[in-house]
Amino acid sequence: MRAMSRNDLLLFLGFTLVVLAMPLWLQPFGAAYPDLLQRFMIFGIFAVGFNILFGLTGYLSFGHAAFFGVGSYAAVWSFKLLSLDAIPAMLFAIVVSGLFALLIGYVSLRRSGIYFSILTLAFAQMSYNLAYSVLTPITNGETGLQLTLNDPRYLDAAMGSAQAGQPVPTLLGQSLGGFAGFYFCAGFLILAFFIAQRITNSPFGMMLKGIKSNQTRMNYTGFNTKPYTLAAFVISGMYAGLAGALLAVTDPLAGAERMQWTASGEVVLMTILGGAGTLVGPVIGAWLIKYFENIFSAINDTMLHRFWGFLPEGADNVMVAITSKFVGEGWFLTLGLVFVLIVVFLPGGIMEGVRRIAHLFNRQRKSPDRPASQVQPAE
Amino acid sequence: MTNPNVVLHVADVHKRFGGLHALADIDLQVEEGQTHAIIGPNGAGKSTLLNVIIGKLAPTSGTVVFDGAILTGRKPYQINQLGIARVFQTPEIFADLSVLHNVMIPALAKRDGAFKLNMLRGLDSETGILREAQDMLEDVGMYGRRDMAAGSLSRGDKRRMELAMCLIQHPRLLLLDEPTAGMSRHDTNTTIELLKKIKSRGMTKVIIEHDMHVVFSLADKISVLAQGRIIADGTPDQVRGNPKVQEAYLGGAH
Ligand SMILES: Nc1ncnc2c1ncn2[C@@H]1O[C@H](COP(=O)(O)OP(=O)(O)O)[C@@H](O)[C@H]1O
Ligand SMILES: [Mg+2]
Repeated sequence: MRAMSRNDLLLFLGFTLVVLAMPLWLQPFGAAYPDLLQRFMIFGIFAVGFNILFGLTGYLSFGHAAFFGVGSYAAVWSFKLLSLDAIPAMLFAIVVSGLFALLIGYVSLRRSGIYFSILTLAFAQMSYNLAYSVLTPITNGETGLQLTLNDPRYLDAAMGSAQAGQPVPTLLGQSLGGFAGFYFCAGFLILAFFIAQRITNSPFGMMLKGIKSNQTRMNYTGFNTKPYTLAAFVISGMYAGLAGALLAVTDPLAGAERMQWTASGEVVLMTILGGAGTLVGPVIGAWLIKYFENIFSAINDTMLHRFWGFLPEGADNVMVAITSKFVGEGWFLTLGLVFVLIVVFLPGGIMEGVRRIAHLFNRQRKSPDRPASQVQPAE
Repeated sequence: MTNPNVVLHVADVHKRFGGLHALADIDLQVEEGQTHAIIGPNGAGKSTLLNVIIGKLAPTSGTVVFDGAILTGRKPYQINQLGIARVFQTPEIFADLSVLHNVMIPALAKRDGAFKLNMLRGLDSETGILREAQDMLEDVGMYGRRDMAAGSLSRGDKRRMELAMCLIQHPRLLLLDEPTAGMSRHDTNTTIELLKKIKSRGMTKVIIEHDMHVVFSLADKISVLAQGRIIADGTPDQVRGNPKVQEAYLGGAH
């Protein structure tokens, strides 16, 4: 802990507190139920890891859902072959997705910019298609990989800790249903945040920022930037794998749709919406998107009719027809619209908005009559 | 012919861009501890020569040898790790990082080498590097601006900071591409003072410069480049008196 500055420590403690208290403060928002809370944690981890590659290093991957999916499959295989305990599944998923990221990263990082993005997208789509075709023995194709009563579970068998009834993941024999599952995921989010914070504030993190800022200068300054970018890629791939594994813990059914390009795009949106390159931004982005997805995709026409009911006959039907395009299945349209607005008006995401407002307040307090200073502070 | 003091030897280098013969038969020997200026009109090939030395461009033929090591074919980061740093014609800096961090990064490259997975230590606990960077900024008179984003510095300050980024590595050879271009007279003079100061530290320098005032106040040796060829070299007095140089360069432009 000694190496942490006071501000970093406060940020970390504040973050921990906010996460652990979520079942309380999300009550008024109607979001304090385990299933949604778990998704907040899982996609928070996914976004924090993605930010290490995109926000810190400046490499925009459009294929990170592949690692998420691989993490899910690996975890379910661990449940089937080794043990229903979540810990070996997590470790196995992190290792497998890390190796997979090493492979894909090694090839994709031979290019940068848009070519890098396209390579990652191509690899992810390839993985997605393979999961449905050649790899069905591993992925169980469209049905998805599931736990069954006659899975071998060699580790459990050896320990004589066989479970009766339908197999579900556990932690040291304890059930991970409901809030236990949330706290399990929350522990990992806090750990993931802590590691990301340490990376950001380390010399290694500084090199990643240097690569994002000016890779040419890094080369002429004596750095071999390849292994740095590859390390960032693998780390963020492992984060994605961890997130995928946690999703498999809370719902032990792995399907290939988790690897689809829309899932890769979603983590990009989360990171940019919250603020790429910041520590908490991506987490906030993930929470907001998952929260509003939950609300908007649940709205149907009946609800819309009730909402617009105050309008005169006819007008309400028009409004329902328009708004229905943005809810339910049309939630992605809303998401796209919000994204466009953010990129155009607030390219630094929500965190930039927060900073701007804080700046405004500070200026008013310090020197009400001085004009805006030209000096822009560094990150 | 082999002078034991020569630390950088550019031998028979040619560089062609398509039909353009940008460098022709360049032979340049730079002695340890000296400041070697390269002058010549725009488009003469001066920057191209530095690009060949630093590994940004591969020569069409010929070799560059630095202290017994052949540079040709090595990557820019390897060449830097041998002790060669460069200030570019248009500053290459980390625009969105602070001035302090801009200077700490090269110091870390010098200490840790080309790659180190150094992620468990906090940057705050790198007190040695931090102090080095602060001292360096003090030296170039930029300590007061250490927390500013480098991108928001004035042109002159960007160049000065880039110089600090090179100097903190204590390179054995420093390459400077028009370090005072676009600077005010005052900034130019401060930069000359700074370069004189580091001259007394015994660092070898190759400097490209348009400003004759700068060249004649700094250089031990001068090579004159015109249309990709070295048309004259020698001490400042020899070069000044050379009629070929008068005609090709000094007479016309200045
Ligand atoms: N990468 C390149 N590709 C093609 N032509 C180049 C390249 N770099 C420089 N040149 C050309 O080579 C000649 C020398 O350029 P340069 O070395 O930049 O001159 P200067 O002496 O002004 O620094 C110019 O005609 C320039 O257009
Ligand atoms: Mg030039």
